[in-house]
Amino acid sequence: MSDTSQPAISVSGLVKTFDDVQAVNGLNFSVPQGSVMALLGGNGAGKTTTLSILLGLLLPDSGSITVLGEDMVAHRHRVLPRMNFSSPYVDLPARLKVRENLTVYANLYGLDRISDRIAAIAEDLEISSLMTRRTGSLSAGQKTRVALAKALLNDPILLLLDEPTASLDPDTGDWVRSYLEAYKARTGATILLASHNMAEVERLCDHVLMMKAGQIEDEGSPRELIERYGRQDLEEVFLHLARKEAS
Amino acid sequence: MGSLQRLKGMLLRHIYVLKSSWPRLLELIYWPLVQMVLWGFITRFFMGHSSWVAEAAGVLISAVLLWDVLFRANLGVSFTFVEEMWSRNLAQLFVSPLRPWEMLCSLMAVSGVRTLISVTPAAFLALPFFDVWIFDVGPSLMVFFANLLVTGWTVGLVVVSLVLRFGLGAESLCWLVIFLLAPISGIYYPIASLPEMVQIISWALPSSYVFEGMRSVLFDGVFRYDLLMGAIGFNLFYMTLAGLFFLRTFNVARRKGLLLQQGE
Repeated sequence: MSDTSQPAISVSGLVKTFDDVQAVNGLNFSVPQGSVMALLGGNGAGKTTTLSILLGLLLPDSGSITVLGEDMVAHRHRVLPRMNFSSPYVDLPARLKVRENLTVYANLYGLDRISDRIAAIAEDLEISSLMTRRTGSLSAGQKTRVALAKALLNDPILLLLDEPTASLDPDTGDWVRSYLEAYKARTGATILLASHNMAEVERLCDHVLMMKAGQIEDEGSPRELIERYGRQDLEEVFLHLARKEAS
Repeated sequence: MGSLQRLKGMLLRHIYVLKSSWPRLLELIYWPLVQMVLWGFITRFFMGHSSWVAEAAGVLISAVLLWDVLFRANLGVSFTFVEEMWSRNLAQLFVSPLRPWEMLCSLMAVSGVRTLISVTPAAFLALPFFDVWIFDVGPSLMVFFANLLVTGWTVGLVVVSLVLRFGLGAESLCWLVIFLLAPISGIYYPIASLPEMVQIISWALPSSYVFEGMRSVLFDGVFRYDLLMGAIGFNLFYMTLAGLFFLRTFNVARRKGLLLQQGE
């Protein structure tokens, strides 16, 4: 994508229904290039469904999705080499060693000089000492770094992250957030993340989409949202919006 | 280059698994060896009690080894795919540039490797154990092998599609479905010995043509091209259907979100 004024992601009228459950209901949003945007919402708000559609794992019932200038439904294979994804809810094969897993994915992403690339990213993510370990034997924090290494192997210009620091201790979580900040600063990549960690979103994101029942309830920068609702932090905004209808 | 490199990636992924697990390698080799020994003793017994087996001593051992090609080719495709579901790796694979048809090709390539690992030791050991050299079948052995490989892949693709659609609760189909073919493929007996109605079904299976062709070579020393054509024709037909079925199921999986929900 050469036109930098074009959004990295543009979603219009997105609808997805599972049987009688409307998971996503007429979603419209766009993610400017080089920004970090968060999808926030309670369980069942439609965040994971939205991410899955953006990744091409799920077909929408209707609506259009343009990712890096391509229609994601019709031409996802033109886009996938330039993007990547990480989630604690999908794994890398546990029996394979870390180096083996990264080698497999480096081939799937069509990289050349694979050994050099893997060595560089291993050093960058401080996982060099883990390369000969079985992936299944790693701690949650180590697995997160390895998953991040897989997600960054192809130098993605668009990175989709589903709860990137879920189940990590505060120290490791902070390390991951710092790494993502540095990656974004270095590469200018666009990042879209779904998270339940409000402090993380406040720290990392330029813009937040507050989702509820498959729709966008509100949006803005973390600061704008906090001021709009007269709250102390984003967590209070989240709770206010989540409980609005219930009360 | 892109597709080839992705195919290489998928091959590496499963070679690494085999390399890391000697029990898996042993399991691959174990069953064909046991089968060969079992049918070797049965052959020995029938040599003195059946003029039919006595005419071609290697017929039962050749049959069981070729059956194992079919069986292992099916397992090679189906378990290679199920392995991705067990390791919750399917979503990772399909957010990479790997295309569904490349996935199909990789399943078949891995199946080919696993089948060779599986049946080669038994094929060679049949000579010292029972004085049967399966390679006496000649170059036609490769033709039989290739056709049964394709038939096994076809069954494997149907199974994979069903497991993708219905989840890991259906994984036992990997073992079960192939045995539907066993009684009606004429592995150990001529198709003509089956009831007439069953023969009609049997002649619609590529595997039946292969086993009849094998017996023709072993008993009469004749390679029958009509049987070869039958096997190839039905294999092409069923393989195309199975490939389309997989691609269609893949789209259903994308519509229903099954690539993300890989439990039972």
